[in-house]
Amino acid sequence: MPFTRDQMAARLADDVPEGWCVNLGIGIPTMVANHVPPTREVIFQSENGVIGMGPAPAKGEEDPWLINAGKQLITMAKGASFVGHADSFAMIRGGHIDLCVLGGFEVAENGDLANWATSENDTAPAVGGAMDLAAGAKRLWVIMEHTTKDGRPKIVERCGYPLTGLACVNRVYTNLAVLDVMEGRGFVVRSLAPGVTLEEVQAKTGATLHTN
Amino acid sequence: MINKIVQSVAEALAGVKDGATVLIGGFGSVGQPDVLIEGLIEQGASNLVAVLNNAGNGRVGVARLMELGRVRKIICSFPRSSDPVVFETLYREGRIELEIVPQGTLAERIRAAGAGIPAFFTATAAGTLLARGKETREFNGKPYVMEQALKGDVALVEAWEADRWGNLVYRGSGANFNPVMAMGADLTIAQVQHIRELGELHPHMIMTPGVYVNRVVQVDRGGDWLKPEKA
Repeated sequence: MPFTRDQMAARLADDVPEGWCVNLGIGIPTMVANHVPPTREVIFQSENGVIGMGPAPAKGEEDPWLINAGKQLITMAKGASFVGHADSFAMIRGGHIDLCVLGGFEVAENGDLANWATSENDTAPAVGGAMDLAAGAKRLWVIMEHTTKDGRPKIVERCGYPLTGLACVNRVYTNLAVLDVMEGRGFVVRSLAPGVTLEEVQAKTGATLHTN
Repeated sequence: MINKIVQSVAEALAGVKDGATVLIGGFGSVGQPDVLIEGLIEQGASNLVAVLNNAGNGRVGVARLMELGRVRKIICSFPRSSDPVVFETLYREGRIELEIVPQGTLAERIRAAGAGIPAFFTATAAGTLLARGKETREFNGKPYVMEQALKGDVALVEAWEADRWGNLVYRGSGANFNPVMAMGADLTIAQVQHIRELGELHPHMIMTPGVYVNRVVQVDRGGDWLKPEKA
């Protein structure tokens, strides 16, 4: 059975060790925070200057002044702090974020990521902070469905869509598998979703999958 | 006596010229100088270059300013919002220019202007469409893109508290673009919820020293202004 989105987020969360500072993108990446147990101290950074997000607020406890980059209401964890945008992005661009998790349109075997525009002529593509995170985080893990809705591979030899960053992706978590992106080798299978075969994943992948 | 407090929004926005580059703080609805934007609509300056993270929402605020044909160009990282109808229409009809800038590069270009740095190199956007036409140089074997400072003629910012020196204290995640924009413009105008006596704001709490701020106006935002937008 392929993973559900929630299971994909849980699978990724299993690999986040205590002590990391982590930036989660919008969409499935945001769900990762729900699966890191409170006993494991992980600092969640949001690019609008929030260092140390806590869980979503309980009903009636919302503070409208506390939002994350996805404009969702949040709480602050013990030990959290605020900075302005320039300092928040200095933190991101200066290599102080241990892990960034982003969604993706395509990931290539050389680690290129496309996740912001679907063509060069896209009317008003919205980049947000994706390029800063791709270039600046110590590690970039992409979490996305293995194929598009109509079944085309999103894991490919070379990206067709405009790039967000070059050779920046270290690992990909999909509904079918977890793949490492290794320099000089390409995609190496780290694990498969329960009941999913390597042949099945390869058939849905636009690049060669390697095994250890 | 230093006193940057002005008595009305009209007074706060006096002198904003046609063609001005206007930096607008805020991220989503938090920290947005909405009353100053309404004031700018009243004030009448046109042919503006608006610099902000999003390209407006619905038909109010910056979206309204654009709809009235007062914005020549928008410089932002994310022109989408939950309701970007005005921007999308103007853009499709070729009635507004758009410059997309990665969010961190946007903040840093403004910071550079405020810090007297004309340009800098960053790894962000290297090798992408957003590096087209820009100088790229290698440092330690990695490519970096040259980005130029982005200076505002005017900055509109929002803070929770201020004193007559123009010192600003933000609330919650309301700082966001406000501190950097406050330092990046020739004329920085702040709307604040509370005016405090000089000395009442603890120096530890002041994120934007009044040196960066020219005018402060207290606003009564009233009603449901605390509601964050949905997207």
